[in-house]
Amino acid sequence: MRSQMRLEAKFRWLPTPLRSLLLFIVWLLLNNSVSAGHIVLAVILAIVIPLATSPFRTKQPLVLKPGLAFRHLMLVLYDIITANVQVAILILGPNKKLTPGFVKVPLDLTHDMPITILASTVSLTPGTVSAEVYPWRECLTEGKEPEERFLLIHVLNLEDEQALINTIKQRYEAPLKEIFQC
Amino acid sequence: MIEWIISILLLLGGSFVLVGSIGLVKMPDFFMRLHGPTKATTLGMALLLTASMIFFSSTQAGFSAKEILISLFLLLTAPISGYMMIKAAIHHKLDSIERTKGIDNIEDDV
Repeated sequence: MRSQMRLEAKFRWLPTPLRSLLLFIVWLLLNNSVSAGHIVLAVILAIVIPLATSPFRTKQPLVLKPGLAFRHLMLVLYDIITANVQVAILILGPNKKLTPGFVKVPLDLTHDMPITILASTVSLTPGTVSAEVYPWRECLTEGKEPEERFLLIHVLNLEDEQALINTIKQRYEAPLKEIFQC
Repeated sequence: MIEWIISILLLLGGSFVLVGSIGLVKMPDFFMRLHGPTKATTLGMALLLTASMIFFSSTQAGFSAKEILISLFLLLTAPISGYMMIKAAIHHKLDSIERTKGIDNIEDDV
């Protein structure tokens, strides 16, 4: 059975479980120690900060498939490495061979958080930088979903537009849809 | 042995950062210039930080983990700064070179 997208966490005192975990790890890394005192402090911060800030935040979908999220992270890290090598080759090659272009990628994702993650992934991976999300927020009427969303990306060397759109949708968007179930 | 690993990592990292900077100078328009610093530099910095992590973990007592944090912040901020710059460039209608495809895909400002 396909599970549903969730905006609220299981426990009210832990509104964003993964962010709490991140805060916990970052605090220990910042102090470069795992002594008991710092662990207690990290736990307190990891619980208090999300609780204090959650009223200011618009609700975003939670990660429902942590295992898949980890796999996706590894895939993206691998892609970043290959992206760097590819872009390095493109940069060192002759400028004349490059045909840059703007491409509009239709999005299936609906919430800000998954779209932000997708846009950042696109920026970090081969030859593409995300530029804009259409329609503009200012054009939207409050509480109404737009019919279609697009991500405008700039490509360093555009060869086959449709192939690029398909790659982005299959390689990066599909796992995100699966992770957030949205 | 460790010295060799550190030197190789430093050289590799340095050359990636150099390539990123070359891209910044060499590319013909703003949008293409953005590609060097957002990508080539991330891997370069990651390699330099790995070298630093190995160096400090082997010479000083204890494991040095601050570098993981630095690369985490770099990975978070690189796409955001790139996004802000390209958004500003589109808003100011900066010229892109003539052979740029799909320029009509940019929608007009509100």
